[in-house]
Formats: sequence, structure tokens, C-alpha cells
Amino acid sequence: MALHLVNRLGWLLASLALASVLVFTIVNILPGDVALVILGTAATPESVAALREQLGLNQPGWIRYLHWLAGVLHGDFGASALSHSDVGPLIVQKLAISGPLALLSAAVAMALALPLGVLAGVHYRKLPGAAISALSLIGIAVPAFWAGLLLATVFAIELRVLPAGGFVDWSDDPLGSLRSLILPALALGLVQAAVLTRYVRSAIIDVQREDFIRTARAKGLSKWQALRGHGFRYAAIPVVTILGIQLTSLLVGAIVIENVFVLPGLGRLLFQSVGNRDLIVVQDLVMLVTAAVLIVNFLVDLSYRLLDPRISAR
Amino acid sequence: MRRVPPTLIAGGVLVGLVIVAAAISLIWTPADPGHVEVSQRFRPPGDAFALGTDNLGRDVLSRLMVGARNTLLIGIVTVLIAAGLGVPLGGIAALYRGPFEAATMRLADVLLAFPAILLAMLFAAVFRPSTVTAMAAIGIALVPVFARVVRGAGLQVMEQDYVTVARTYGSGQLWIFAHHLLPNVGSVLIVQATVAFAIAILAEAALSYLGLGAPQTTPSWGRMLSEAQSFLSQAPLLALWPGLSIALAVLGFNLLGDGLRDLLDPKLVERVAAQA
Repeated sequence: MALHLVNRLGWLLASLALASVLVFTIVNILPGDVALVILGTAATPESVAALREQLGLNQPGWIRYLHWLAGVLHGDFGASALSHSDVGPLIVQKLAISGPLALLSAAVAMALALPLGVLAGVHYRKLPGAAISALSLIGIAVPAFWAGLLLATVFAIELRVLPAGGFVDWSDDPLGSLRSLILPALALGLVQAAVLTRYVRSAIIDVQREDFIRTARAKGLSKWQALRGHGFRYAAIPVVTILGIQLTSLLVGAIVIENVFVLPGLGRLLFQSVGNRDLIVVQDLVMLVTAAVLIVNFLVDLSYRLLDPRISAR
Repeated sequence: MRRVPPTLIAGGVLVGLVIVAAAISLIWTPADPGHVEVSQRFRPPGDAFALGTDNLGRDVLSRLMVGARNTLLIGIVTVLIAAGLGVPLGGIAALYRGPFEAATMRLADVLLAFPAILLAMLFAAVFRPSTVTAMAAIGIALVPVFARVVRGAGLQVMEQDYVTVARTYGSGQLWIFAHHLLPNVGSVLIVQATVAFAIAILAEAALSYLGLGAPQTTPSWGRMLSEAQSFLSQAPLLALWPGLSIALAVLGFNLLGDGLRDLLDPKLVERVAAQA
């Protein structure tokens, strides 16, 4: 286990390094653009040259890469080319919106998908199973941002019970902040629930075919007792894997949904920075999301071993 | 003769609907999709305009039909990019094994950590947003999916006796790739392509919605949704049709993938759900 942990940790670090090289290379494929972007129409050859010098753009790429990397590792993400504010504190500030949004969406998704998936898996040959299965297939095809628009139409515009967009700061009105997150979290969570339901369902179907469940049933346990006592923990293994992948699509979904509901979170910041070609912010944010994905995958891999001791025994 | 799975029929019908709508729009649409007629704005669905008109008085049905073209184009190009890079990479990894395989698969793992939309936003920031950057980014993001599937199925094929026989006959690696590996992973690839198609449609719709995909002049379902958002209180139906089109197209490709998998080879295929 310890050896494995070191091994996986090594891969994680290597993957993070490779990802950072990829992001840096793509952003810096067109040299010199950053100076032009900052100066805009006021650019003269002299001012561009001066700014390039000031930003260190004349240094070789690998030095700038190491400089960026060293900064990020020390919590210095550089400064936005447009607002000149430090990206680090900006990210922390935006996380106060994106974090709760992601957590709330994940909660919605799990609250729906776990019971529905188990129900569909246990009764997979009967009507409720088929109905849930069909519904989840349709749900997967629905883009989260469209679900957001539909929810906004019904709850914000027709019924006027929840805001259609915008955000009041947590410190001003915590309840109001929470209210602004409900519709976006529902939109994201509903779509995520559809995907998750399918995986829970197939995990439950698979586990029912296992010998140890048959043995438990032969002992006289009911279907549900057998599942509760022996099945759920086993079925959790594939589901945990999917939860990891789900978190990725949750992060990405949040980027789009924040723009639907004009929530000033990380996704909105990324979108605005893309529009402004504020490359330093884009580079930092893309790296941040990618790192989050890699770290989650790493944690998922570890959690398998805790759920199923047989894997670590191998 | 195996029974045709019902999912295949349902998926085929939905996908067929998108293809037919796109094909018809090449020669005929109910109205000029770009024709602005302010006096006709926000017309409800009815005789003159089957699905009504938008905020500029443009015919919604015509725009949906032309939008289907955009959707199909994005899907086809994206899948071609992803398969064009992923299949040879996965194939070479299965054929040569060793350090090349390890390097390719590690790169695939890292690339898999870049979701399509994130990569597309990165590309849009660096190269300016356009349909081409969106297609390139989504295509590249999907490369690992193909590389992994081809490698996985390829490794099984390489274990077969007929490959050993071909080797003893002195067949080259390329010959084995073309004559043994490709035909055997064909069914897996077709299924994977339909799933990738669905992912591409979802990703492109989100990008076009954000204004990072299709240009303003090209009718696209995603952009129609973002235009509709400003008029949700006046004309909520405007946000219904494009979203429904996206959902039905994605559902169609997902069902098609499910059905094909059941029909072709239930054992080999690794299922990856379509998520943007």
C-alpha cells in the first residue's frame, strides 16, 4: 500500500508537470501577443518593446515557464494583464461562489441518483426500472445550460420565486446568495444525476449477479437485506470512479452555467478572460481546473483501495 | 440474423431526422434563415411560421434546419480529428508496446484531464474564437478516448493466433495494423464515434452559446439559445426549440451507439458516456 501510494503520487506529480508544460506551451505559441493585448491600440513599436522587456517576454520560453511554475508553487499566480490585480486572491474570491455551487450541484445529483439508481437496478426488469432508465437517458442528452434556461423561465420569470441571475455577496445577504445558487445548482445537478443514475443502476445490477449475494440470499436474507449487508459496498467501487469523472464534468458544467446565471465565479472569470485575451489569467485557471481533475483522479484511485481491500492485495 | 435492438432504430430515426433536416436545408428552407423582418418579430408558432419568429423576425424553423448543418459539420470534423490522431496512436501503442506505449498512454491520461470545453476556451483565448478552433479543441480533447479504446482492443487482437501466424510469415507491423488490428477494432470504433459525436454536439452547443463557437452569421443551436435568453419573458418558446434540437440529436447519437454496441459486439466495447 505504501509503495503503491508513493508510485501513484509520483505519477500525479509527473502528470501535473506534463499538464503545466502543455498549458504553458499552448498559451505561449504566439509570442509577444501579451504585450500587444495590454497596450491595445496605443501600441507603438517602442512601447511594445519596453513592455516586453518589463514582462520578461524576451527571456527564453523555458525560463519564463520555470518562473511561472515557481510562482504558482509559492501561491503567486501572476497579475492580470488588464486589471493588474493579482490572480491568486482573485481565484480565492471567486472560489467562494464556484465552490458552493459545485458542492450544491453534487449534493443534488447524489440525492437524486443514489436512490433512483438503486431502485432502477433492483427492479431493472420491471416498469419503475425501465422508466428511470429511460428518463436518465433523456437527461444525459440535455445540455445543462439549456436546463438552466428552462428553470429560469419557470421559476424566475413565470413564478418569480428565485432570481434569474446575478449574485449578492455572502457577507451582505447569505440567504440571498444561497437563493442565487439554487437554480444553477439544480440545472447542473439534474443533468449530473442522469449520468450518475445510469452507473449506479448498472453497478447494482452487476452486484446482484455476484456469488456472494446468491449465498446471502440462500442463507435466507431478503433482496434488500443482502444488498444492504453485502452489495452496496461492492457496488460503490465503480460508482466512486464515476463520481471522480463526474466532478470533472461538474467543474466544466459550472463554467458554462455560471455564465447562464451571471454568477461571478471562476467560470465567469475564465469566460471574461478568454474574451479579453487576458492570457495569464486563462493560463492559471486552465491549469487550476486541470490540476483539480488530476488530483481528484488520484484520490479516486486511492479510495478504491479503501473500499476493496482485494485490489491493494494484488 | 440478429434481432435489431430497438435503441438502434430509435437512434437511427433521431439521427436521420437531423441529417434529413440538414440535407433539405441545402436546397430549401421555409423562409430565408437570415432574413430580418422587424415587423414580424416574436410571431407565435402558426401558419406563416411553423415555429414562430425570433427577436429579429427571422423564421425559427429555417434557422433550426440550417443549424443542423452546423451541428453535423462540427460532429463529423471533430470525430475525424479525434479518430485520425487517436487510432494510429492507440494502434502503434498496441503493436510496439514498450516505452512508446507507456509514453502514449501517459500523455493520453494527462490529455484526458483537459475537458473539451476547457481546452476550447484555452484555444479561443490564444487563437481567437471560431468554429475551427472549437472543432480542433474538441477533436484533440477526444483523441485519448480513441487511443485508449484502440489500444485496449488492439492488445486483445495481438494475442490471437492468427497474428502470431502472420508474424511468422514475416508480415510487417503496418500490414498487421491494416489487416488484423483495424478490422477487429472497427465495431468498437464505430460505437465510440457515435458517442464522441454526441460529446462534440454538447460541447459545441455550449461554446456557441458562450459565443466562442460558430460566428454570428451562421445559425447554430447554441447561439440561438443565447439570443433567446434575453427574451425569456416575451418569447419563452424561443429557448425551447434549439435546446430540444440539441437534446434530441445527442439522444439520437447515444441511442445509436447503444444499439450498435448491442448489434456489433457486446464484449469488446468499453462504454464511455457522452458528457461534455
